[in-house]
Amino acid sequence: MTENQGPRDEWPLYEVFVRGKRGLNHVHVGSLHAADDEMAVRHARDVYTRRNEGVSIWVVRADAITASSPDEKDPLFAPNGDKVYRHPTFYAIPANVPHM
Amino acid sequence: MTASPTEDELQAGFDATIGRNDRIEPRDWMPEGYRKTLVRQIAQHAHSEIIGMQPEGNWITRAPSLRRKAVLLAKVQDEAGHGLYLYSACETLGTSRGELTEKLIAGAQKYSSIFNYPTLSFADVGTIGWLVDGAAICNQVPLCRTSFGPYGRAMIRICKEESFHQRQGYELLMTMMRGTDAQRAMVQESVDRFWWPALMMFGPPDADSPNTAQSMAWGIKRNTNDDLRQRFVDMTVPQADALGVTLPDPDLRWNEERGAHDFGQPDWDEFLQVVKGNGPCNAQRLAHRRRAHEDGAWVREAAMAFARKSREQEASA
Repeated sequence: MTENQGPRDEWPLYEVFVRGKRGLNHVHVGSLHAADDEMAVRHARDVYTRRNEGVSIWVVRADAITASSPDEKDPLFAPNGDKVYRHPTFYAIPANVPHM
Repeated sequence: MTASPTEDELQAGFDATIGRNDRIEPRDWMPEGYRKTLVRQIAQHAHSEIIGMQPEGNWITRAPSLRRKAVLLAKVQDEAGHGLYLYSACETLGTSRGELTEKLIAGAQKYSSIFNYPTLSFADVGTIGWLVDGAAICNQVPLCRTSFGPYGRAMIRICKEESFHQRQGYELLMTMMRGTDAQRAMVQESVDRFWWPALMMFGPPDADSPNTAQSMAWGIKRNTNDDLRQRFVDMTVPQADALGVTLPDPDLRWNEERGAHDFGQPDWDEFLQVVKGNGPCNAQRLAHRRRAHEDGAWVREAAMAFARKSREQEASA
C-alpha cells in the first residue's frame, strides 16, 4: 500500500505514540488519519492529549510498521522458553547471604 | 516452518484466549461472527459519539455565560474525540473510517436512539450530562474489560473523560435549582422528557435481546441490558433526591427484599419507532451529518493535494 488511492482517497492512517512525562517511554495510544506527517502531529495533539496526557508525540504511517506475525508467535518466541537460567530465581542462594 | 493450523485449531486457540479472560488483539484469528458483532457494536458506539455532538452543539452559541460556553465547547470536542478513538478501534478490524461514515449517512448503521430527541431548553444540556452521560457511563465502565483489546483501551480513555461530562451537567442543574421557580420548573420539565429515553439507552429487555447471550459468551458484553438499567436507576435515585427533582415514574420505589428499586418500563413501542428512524429528530440528525461530510469534501481533497505537492517538491529539491 503506498498512497491509499481508494475510490474515496482517504487520508492515510497514522499510529500515535505519546510520552506521558519525562522519564517514560513513548506508548502507543491509537491511530488517526492525516494528509501528511505534520497534520498527523497536530491531530494527535487534539485527539490524544486534551488533558496534559503527554509531553512528546511520535506519529508514524501505519503502512511503515513491520510487525511479527501472530501465526508464528510460538516459533518466534520459543528460543527463550527453555532458558530459565536467564532469570535470577534460577540460582539458589542461602537466605543468610545479604544484598543479593 | 510449521503447517498452517486448521480452522478447528484456530477456533480452539480463540476459545482458550477468551476462556482465560485474556484479550483478543487485531491480528489474531477470530470467528467471522465475532468480528462482525464487534464492527457493528463499535461503529454504533462511534456514530453515537459523533451524532451526539448535535443536540448539545445546538446550545453553544446561546450558552448563558462564557464559563458555560467554554465547558460546553470542551464537552462537545470530547464527543468528537471519543468518536475518533472508537473509529480507530474499529479500523483495526479491517473496516475503514470512510466506509463507516458512508454507512452512517446512508442509514445502514445505527447510533443510539437518545440523540434523536430534541434539546428544547438550556436545562437539557445539564440533563444530558447527568442522565444521558450517566447512563453511558453505566454502559461503558464494564466495556473497559471487553475481550477485544483496542475496544477496551478506547473505553478506558473515554470513561476517564465521561466523568467530567456527568459532573458538569449535574452542577449546571444544581445551579439552576438554586435559581428562580421558573428555572426549577425548567429543570423538572427537562428531566421529565429525558428520563424514559435515558432508560431506553440500555436497549430492549433481556427477553427481547437475542444477541446478548452470544455477546456475553464472547466477552464483548459483560452485563445484560436489564442489569445495567437496574444499576443506573439505583445510582440515580439518590442523585435526584439531592437535586430536588422528581423522576417521572409512579412505580418507582425501593424494594427492601430485593435491595433495589422497582421501576416502570419505558414505552418500548416508542423505542422501536425511534430505532426505525421515526423519532423526532432522526432525519435532521442524519441530514446534518451528511451535509457536514459533503461540505467538508473539498477540505479533505485540498489537504491531500497539498501533501502530494509538498512531497513532489521535496523529492525534486
